[in-house]
Amino acid sequence: MTLERPLALAPAKRALELIGADLTEKSLRLHLEGLPGVDAVGLEQRAAGLGTRSIKTTSKAWALDTIIRLIDLTTLEGADTPGKVRSLVAKAMNPDPSDPTVPRVAAVCVYGDMVPYAVEALGASHGDPAKGLISVAAVATAFPSGRASLPVKLADTADAVANGADEIDMVIDRGAFLAGKYGVVFDQIVAVKEACRRADGTYAHLKVILETGELNTYDNVRRASWLAILAGGDFIKTSTGKVAPAATLPVTLLMLEVVRDWKRLTGERIGVKPAGGIRSSKDAIKYLVTVAETAGEEWLDPHLFRFGASSLLNDVLLQRQKLSTGRYSGPDYVTID
Amino acid sequence: MTDITKTSRFLDYAPAPESPSILHLRKNYGLFINGDFVKGHGKPFKTISPATEATIAEIANANARDVDAAVAAARRAYDTTWSKLSGADRGKYLFRIARLVQERARELAVAESLDNGKPIKEARDVDVPLVAAWFFYYAGWADKLDYAGLGPNPRALGVAAQVIPWNFPLLMLAWKIAPALAAGNTVVLKPAETTPLSALIFAEILQQADLPAGVVNIITGAGDTGEALVNHPDVNKVAFTGSTAVGRAIAKSIAGTGKKVTLELGGKAANIVFDDAPIDQAVEGIVNGIFFNQGHVCCAGSRLLVQENVHDEVVDRLKTRLATLRLGDPLDKNTDIGAINSREQLDRIRELSDIGEAEGAERWTAECVIPDKGFWFAPTIFTGVETSSRIAREEIFGPVLSVLTFRTPAEAIAKANNTPYGLSAGIWSDKGSKILAVADQLRAGVIWANTFNRFDPASPFGGYKESGYGREGGRHGLAAYLESAGWGAPSSPKGISTVTKGASK
Repeated sequence: MTLERPLALAPAKRALELIGADLTEKSLRLHLEGLPGVDAVGLEQRAAGLGTRSIKTTSKAWALDTIIRLIDLTTLEGADTPGKVRSLVAKAMNPDPSDPTVPRVAAVCVYGDMVPYAVEALGASHGDPAKGLISVAAVATAFPSGRASLPVKLADTADAVANGADEIDMVIDRGAFLAGKYGVVFDQIVAVKEACRRADGTYAHLKVILETGELNTYDNVRRASWLAILAGGDFIKTSTGKVAPAATLPVTLLMLEVVRDWKRLTGERIGVKPAGGIRSSKDAIKYLVTVAETAGEEWLDPHLFRFGASSLLNDVLLQRQKLSTGRYSGPDYVTID
Repeated sequence: MTDITKTSRFLDYAPAPESPSILHLRKNYGLFINGDFVKGHGKPFKTISPATEATIAEIANANARDVDAAVAAARRAYDTTWSKLSGADRGKYLFRIARLVQERARELAVAESLDNGKPIKEARDVDVPLVAAWFFYYAGWADKLDYAGLGPNPRALGVAAQVIPWNFPLLMLAWKIAPALAAGNTVVLKPAETTPLSALIFAEILQQADLPAGVVNIITGAGDTGEALVNHPDVNKVAFTGSTAVGRAIAKSIAGTGKKVTLELGGKAANIVFDDAPIDQAVEGIVNGIFFNQGHVCCAGSRLLVQENVHDEVVDRLKTRLATLRLGDPLDKNTDIGAINSREQLDRIRELSDIGEAEGAERWTAECVIPDKGFWFAPTIFTGVETSSRIAREEIFGPVLSVLTFRTPAEAIAKANNTPYGLSAGIWSDKGSKILAVADQLRAGVIWANTFNRFDPASPFGGYKESGYGREGGRHGLAAYLESAGWGAPSSPKGISTVTKGASK
């Protein structure tokens, strides 16, 4: 076995504090490989158990509104146009034209070149979801594959931030991760975080997409989650939605365990975003239960939890109509976007 | 719609109770003898809901005369009907019972939760599905006994007397009745005094399944009824699940009678957590090991042996996790911890917990609102427990965990085996070779690796030492109800009530 030459990694505050000043590829590897393992059977059993919670009446009503407030309403198609984005923004601001009490979603999530149209369409409604406004999230770093050189990824990110994106959803280099080059992945996240810096010194929020469907094992998901947090991610996100399987309840549970542990260790709170494949209210409620019983109820906040979804919103609206009128309506009673 | 500003916590989930109105309960239940409900000759007793102390129904009490009648009915059914049926035909009845259990699953789950106090979630997701699985499994064996590897010409024993406990009333019934019938025996079963309800609904299922009269008889009563049953001279087999004290008394009283016995008794299982364990799943496993069914589990992981270098972290995480457990109405679908089955049991749990405190262990109890009525005990853990403490030695049979530490695998094995019991054990480690090496040296009937309290009809279950003898479940479970008649013996007995002794083994 040949010893790797210790290469100094880009500085990142969290990693330096946790691992120490001698941050190298090797020390990072030792740290990640020293994390406790994940037993797949046990994890899936726990997720299934959380899925059996029965959320009824007032709890269900609160859950449905909370789901809406946590949605990143998404369109990520090659065929996206400014018109499509404007239509998405209109839906985000007023999800159910028949009921003005419906809350707004947290953000709209679009490709980088669509950011100006989203910002323009939002107008005065653009801002922090905690204040009832709507953020603009942009996918960047050669989404969804991440197969581009670092300068391209950084330019992609900086462009979206310059155009007004509040949040950047980046993808990690899964190839490098699976090849064991944790330092490469780490450095890229640090660099992208730096590219999120605005002229005034503030940063766009960075969501780090792990693409768990390609990482394949739960041990990898735990390591990648730690890696993303150490490198400065504000959110860890399951998937691009372009790879199956996308978000699953066990994977999300595992990532919630990581952010819970991170808080135990440092007091700092990191967000989690499951994305892709969550289409029904029933499924989304299982995620809320999992968040509340794992990381804690304080995580049910747009700064700490998001659903990356497109069709989920309409199912929640249908359930909400059912709850307030006592009758089931149908797909013709909610708008397509 | 609701205001977004929260008035209460989301985690205080709104009530989601399962309705007991799906039950069609009678006011009085008789004894199920010879296919019919008949009056008992003892003084009837009431069965109550341990969560509310409200009376559910009045239950007949079988005295010696009733026991005679039940055993006679079982003998008659054995001689005239059951022993003459082919294995395939017996299997048909068992399949039918299994399907009826599935059809009436919701009703059975509600009855079990109501009468026992266990959470409906557990009755619905664990107990009742396993009951159906047990009948399906043994239905498949009924026509394959010759291939069970139990010697040539395996034959039924005759009449089986079965006495079961209150912790898993219906599941223990299935564990007893399914293999007995598959092997060709007839049965007299006595459920526990505090939990007769699901067995009586099961009797209705037997009527629905058209099981020949007398093949299964269910008699209710207290300890004296059970005593009369196991000591009845016309019984060929005794199967008991319950406390070690009663098991010992049974073994003594039937010694020399030629009755075949299986005993499934107490336990004080070690749940061993190594420092390389998958920690989040281990914490889940500890919770499932001791707080499942309020700790009323003979194979509960009541002694946590945790490696010293991860002790603080494991205990800390365990406390955080316990804080999310929901104690309350067993019929609420979100309840995790139900009621303690009886005042008597609650008193015993309290007594032993007080002893634990007096012995110097540190007590920690999860914060729960305890309902005004009924019998309740909040999940409790004791740290700093010594191997010599009574709470590390005696079976508490409640939601109380004793935490001990170890330094090396050898010490873990020595501590785990240092108990008069030997029913089950658990090992938590990410390293497969370590799990196998440790499991090999543990003296316990069931060893779970990176899981706990998992049951499957194909897997034999039973104990070492004071945890009893004989195995239930799997092919081994058939051995408890069969004897080889030897080479050349007629393939099925024609109305003979006992098998020639000495022909087996």
